[in-house]
Amino acid sequence: MSTIERMDFAHGELLRFITCGSVDDGKSTLIGRLLHDSKSVFEDQLSAVARATERRGLPGIDLSLLTDGLQAEREQGITIDVAYRYFATPRRKFIIADTPGHEQYTRNMVTGASTASLAVILIDARKGMLIQSRRHAYIASLLGIPHLVVAVNKMDLVAYSKDVFDEIRDAFSEFAARLGLRDVTYIPISALQGDMVVERGANLPWYGGPTLLSTLETIAVDHDIHLGDFRFPVQWVIRPGPGDARDFRGYAGRIESGAVAVGDEIAVLPSATRTRIKHIVTHDGNLEQARAPQSVTLRLADEIDASRGDMIVSAQAAPRVAKEFDAILCWLGEQPLDLRRNYLLKQGTRIARATVAGIRYRVDVNTLELQSDVVALTMNDVGQAGIRVQQPLALDSYARNRATGSFIMIDEATHNTVGAGMVL
Amino acid sequence: MTNQNTAQIMDTVRVFGATRLVSPASGCAPRGDSGRKVHTLTHLEVLESEAIHILREVAAECRDPALLFSGGKDSIVLLRLAEKAFRPGRFPFPLLHIDTGHNFPEVIAFRDYRAQQLGERLIVRSVEESIRRGQAVVRPGESRNAAQSVTLLDAIAEFGFDACIGGARRDEEKARAKERIFSFRDEFGQWDPRNQRPELWSLYNTQVRPGENIRVFPLSNWTELDVWQYIAREDLEVPSIYFAHRREVIRRNGALVPVSHLVGPRDGEKVETASVRFRTVGDMTCTCPVASTATTVSDIIVETAVSRITERGATRIDDQTSDASMELRKRAGYF
Repeated sequence: MSTIERMDFAHGELLRFITCGSVDDGKSTLIGRLLHDSKSVFEDQLSAVARATERRGLPGIDLSLLTDGLQAEREQGITIDVAYRYFATPRRKFIIADTPGHEQYTRNMVTGASTASLAVILIDARKGMLIQSRRHAYIASLLGIPHLVVAVNKMDLVAYSKDVFDEIRDAFSEFAARLGLRDVTYIPISALQGDMVVERGANLPWYGGPTLLSTLETIAVDHDIHLGDFRFPVQWVIRPGPGDARDFRGYAGRIESGAVAVGDEIAVLPSATRTRIKHIVTHDGNLEQARAPQSVTLRLADEIDASRGDMIVSAQAAPRVAKEFDAILCWLGEQPLDLRRNYLLKQGTRIARATVAGIRYRVDVNTLELQSDVVALTMNDVGQAGIRVQQPLALDSYARNRATGSFIMIDEATHNTVGAGMVL
Repeated sequence: MTNQNTAQIMDTVRVFGATRLVSPASGCAPRGDSGRKVHTLTHLEVLESEAIHILREVAAECRDPALLFSGGKDSIVLLRLAEKAFRPGRFPFPLLHIDTGHNFPEVIAFRDYRAQQLGERLIVRSVEESIRRGQAVVRPGESRNAAQSVTLLDAIAEFGFDACIGGARRDEEKARAKERIFSFRDEFGQWDPRNQRPELWSLYNTQVRPGENIRVFPLSNWTELDVWQYIAREDLEVPSIYFAHRREVIRRNGALVPVSHLVGPRDGEKVETASVRFRTVGDMTCTCPVASTATTVSDIIVETAVSRITERGATRIDDQTSDASMELRKRAGYF
């Protein structure tokens, strides 16, 4: 086999994860450590960081500066938003959603978490489990992140004490159980010294589990979308017109969950018309079957007038079609949610006019208390609300399907994305 | 530490072969008894599908999009992805190139060749023209990167484009790392990093008012190595200057500055001929090649995998000026 063949299909899989930490938990140092020890840092970046460290009058290389952001942030000493980082090992390629820990945290974390398959929650070993650790765990569970890693950091500052680690693990486990989080891995680390991040180091002989990187490399990804029912929101209708492909009419989109094969019986929603899959077309030739998250073009056995916004689904396991439903709503807009106003709601490939009919309760994301008698949601609030849309939507519950159970709300006046919703 | 790193990465490169589990040609799950055996897509397949999904969203939701095509490797990848998204139909957008007048002739020739091969419409607008009309001012010896923004904004106004698709990647630069896939620009083409729309799941917000514009980056999550691996997988043609060739260069501030009709030796500088290739193919006055003997895409992948310098650090003089050069240019309307 030539080098090119060996390298071309190198990385088996892609894992997207989010890192959650409060200010001073050492999150930037941890990401810097992951990038540095996995040899993903380039020399010019490293020398820029060395110069910056020196300018600040510090010795050595401060790895946290590797993820240092924009000029606007440096001037104000804050981190603005979600940043994305990339690194790869021979086993996998990784995308990190790096979210800052200031007061807009809920909004940022919800954004970063929406595409993540795993969350790394950082806890400072000296401080133990804080209110924000609970908030991180809650948002991770809310956004349906299947895997959680609790990295107990700064173990070097508690003399690598097993007791300290055990205490934090026990406290977190109890809380995770309440949230129904089943897959949680606990790892003691020192991002500063490099213990148990990429290398094991010599300071934690009592810990027999995997390092952080090895956990990231081996955790199962995307099983949920493979095992789900077939869902295919139509993005675009391909109708070439004059020429040899005159009769061609294909529905282009991405398989959001499940798999499809030629001959499968499908339904087109919301009309509920049934037919079969005739061809699965790609630019590289037709396929007998395809699966999430492949982008393909479907041709149907019968002439059906489907268009963008419709959803092609398994006829045996179709989602519900509804104009009213309940959802968990995270409010992202600077203006509070206004029950008298119309918003645009985008779900799948459909944009519909929507109103929020009522707020059932708001969740205090720090204490998890439910507060009823709430008239509005303001930025960073999370609550359950009744939603009404003008056109029927094909909906799964978010717990069953992250792609077809999620929606965003757009302010018609400002065009900002002001809400993120998860169908119940 | 350089040698040690290189050795470890070469080990990594060798290990790659062992991690491949399925036949790449099929790109499909092996059929088990059930016919529905689960297998996870490779990272390139996932990135490809994400980019196709993004292109179709732009086409469906934006009124008048355009795809920026320069003849460079990233936009070459974009064109292949557009074929995958829209064939057997035509592209639902024209190709647009903002020509600085300082482009390498090989790249311009390739741009025209590829557009014609695809049978798609190519619009070219030139920075020279903006300078002649006095809309863009460039001091002698300065690169035309900043002036490019002026011409781009003019082209957007001329054709009424509400979305411009570009090949920028988040791994290129730290300002890009914080930019959305659908990046909203105001009527002056400005990017406000503090006022970006939250981007959740794959639900992109494409709403704009007349005069406003969205820049769309389908390759946001790709790295330089991903791009070359994809070029190899898809067997894509690229301009010849990406491969090692003999070229006259001047050693200046640690970079190899290519000699052209625009750039010559200063006092005391010596012109030498070296085997080099370009990692990016931008403005001739500020894009430098790297020493290389890579004559095939496969050689380039190996060199990229072991490279210890970022793409921009190695090749762009303009980004060395200040830590925040890219951020400042973007805020003024640059891609």
